[in-house]
Amino acid sequence: MKKTALSNLDALFGRISEKETLYLPVDGKGGAAFAPYAKGKTLTEKLNANRSAKDFFFPQTETLYEERTSGKTLEIEDVREECGDFVLFGVRACDVRSFSILDKVFLSDPADSYYQNRREHGTVVSLACERPEETCFCHAFGIDAAAPEGDVSAWKEEGYLYLRAQSEKGEKLLQTLSDLLEDADEKDVENQILRTRYYLSALPLGKISFEGMKEKDLLAHFHNEKWKSLSEACLGCGACTFVCPTCQCYDVREFDTGKSVRKFRCWDSCMYSDFTLMAHGNSRNSQMERFRQRFMHKLVYFPNNNDGTFGCVGCGRCLQQCPIGMNIVKVEKALEVRDDE
Amino acid sequence: MQDRMIARAKELLRDGTVNRVLGWKAGEFVYDVTPAVFTTEAELDRDFVYNAFTAANLSKYLIKESKKEGRILAFLKPCDSYSFAQLMKEHRINRENVYIIGIESWGKADIGKIREKGITGITGIEEKDGDFIISTVYRETHTVKKYDVYLEKCKNCKSKKIVVFDELLGAQGERTGSPRFDEVEKLEKMTPDERFAFWRNELSRCIRCNACRNVCPACSCETCVFDNANSGVENKAAASSFEENLFHIIRAYHVAGRCTDCGECSRVCPQGIPLHLLNRKFIKDMNELYGEYQAGEDTDAPHPVINYAPDDCEPSVIYSRGGDAR
Repeated sequence: MKKTALSNLDALFGRISEKETLYLPVDGKGGAAFAPYAKGKTLTEKLNANRSAKDFFFPQTETLYEERTSGKTLEIEDVREECGDFVLFGVRACDVRSFSILDKVFLSDPADSYYQNRREHGTVVSLACERPEETCFCHAFGIDAAAPEGDVSAWKEEGYLYLRAQSEKGEKLLQTLSDLLEDADEKDVENQILRTRYYLSALPLGKISFEGMKEKDLLAHFHNEKWKSLSEACLGCGACTFVCPTCQCYDVREFDTGKSVRKFRCWDSCMYSDFTLMAHGNSRNSQMERFRQRFMHKLVYFPNNNDGTFGCVGCGRCLQQCPIGMNIVKVEKALEVRDDE
Repeated sequence: MQDRMIARAKELLRDGTVNRVLGWKAGEFVYDVTPAVFTTEAELDRDFVYNAFTAANLSKYLIKESKKEGRILAFLKPCDSYSFAQLMKEHRINRENVYIIGIESWGKADIGKIREKGITGITGIEEKDGDFIISTVYRETHTVKKYDVYLEKCKNCKSKKIVVFDELLGAQGERTGSPRFDEVEKLEKMTPDERFAFWRNELSRCIRCNACRNVCPACSCETCVFDNANSGVENKAAASSFEENLFHIIRAYHVAGRCTDCGECSRVCPQGIPLHLLNRKFIKDMNELYGEYQAGEDTDAPHPVINYAPDDCEPSVIYSRGGDAR
């Protein structure tokens, strides 16, 4: 384990950004947001960024390729460029775990080369949480916010930033910073880890578990009468989906540039009326069906297809951002109650 | 207030005046209340809540609810009543199927503003006179002035008057003299370039979740043109950031003269974009160019932009007001 004084942080960021693009969450209007580092930019004190960090690997929109016709020939241009190396600093444990959930989708055979390109070039430096919010429930998914995963894990404690490499990429990053770092004892962060774990257990959602979802089969959940009342007030907006670190659905569309056709993909939301709209029409015509899709995907379909891993990391963004205060915790609690209760 | 509301709702359910009640349902925390329809007295006792966080405007739900079988009781705050009246004017609501209890409201709190004060791990919020007493998982107690953390729409409340109701709970209010156009005036004083930069910056944060549109009572089209694949302008992803920005401008034009300034667009924006300023600019302009008009206040008053009057301003008014051609 290594450490450096927090007063050295700007120098550390400066060094990283000499070689690669460094992104870190900074304060801004409307909350913290990941932004490219520039001298003087400081890490936010807020627990998390408004938007999740998934954007760096799975951006909201991206061009896949362009098509042009001349006479009878169709030319397809691959517009991909090799992604430059970049570092994501200050990612919380929940968002770090979201990357491995996205990996299951985008890196399983055949791998999505657009996603893979960014993933290979990105180094993730996580930052341990010290003051989790009441909306946090990452621990329900076996995530330890006190000791996060990542290529490098970091802790802020007693005026120092502690760093521990956890992968080859992480080792490499710390090597380039070696003259700014000094050796440190793992024990220095032990107290913080224990303290944070205590707070996590004392949170209002400290005891929540989603495991009960696995006791009923897919169709029992699907036909649960509660979906109707749960979805009643849903506005059908995409706020929950677009701030969610694990929402992964996208749409592929074409844009007529006048000279070519640009094939692009963009985030989609199962909450939208045109989600999975096909020539025959829409397979989910009511908001209840669309609402159900979102939670069935995260809590039933995804674990069914991925050895029991839920498609949620408990970051709590949907709890904070839903305009009508509906969220995955309320859904879980409603669904888990037995029918005879 | 909450107890009186529940008691009255139960009476109206019992005597058959209504068969269901539209209100707010308590959540996991004090602040995450959800609009909900209650059908039994037991549900009302268990879940009905009216507190500092019941900001959600219920009027838009009544478009659908008023088309269902039987009459529904709706609790409307002053701002919600303006939206309701405007929807009535647009023939979107079956008035006979709604029994309205107007409720006074002195302002609703913004949990985001409480968090901005650095208060984290909130486990309880109690109201004591003009303060919120906030307890946290970190065993701290914070005292916050209610007014400091009111939603923008409440700080700049246009009216405490309930414009449509069948009965009232609490006091009837009046139009306020709120300084709601102050921010708009600041924008008007900017140069066009500064103003352009201001909006480009604010709108650059838009994630196009459509929360502003979907919550807006004035956005009541059956299918929005931007969701309609056959419209040619469907817009799940914009071709450029400028096109993205235009979505909000087009929306503001579409609700001009119908927007009651209920402030829901800014309340729900997950990115904190002050969308209400676009609408307020239109309201202010209409007041200045066509005479004072408050959408939703008078269901018979002629809509300033739809009705023609010989002394209407000419389009060239833009130039005489100091605007330029962009």
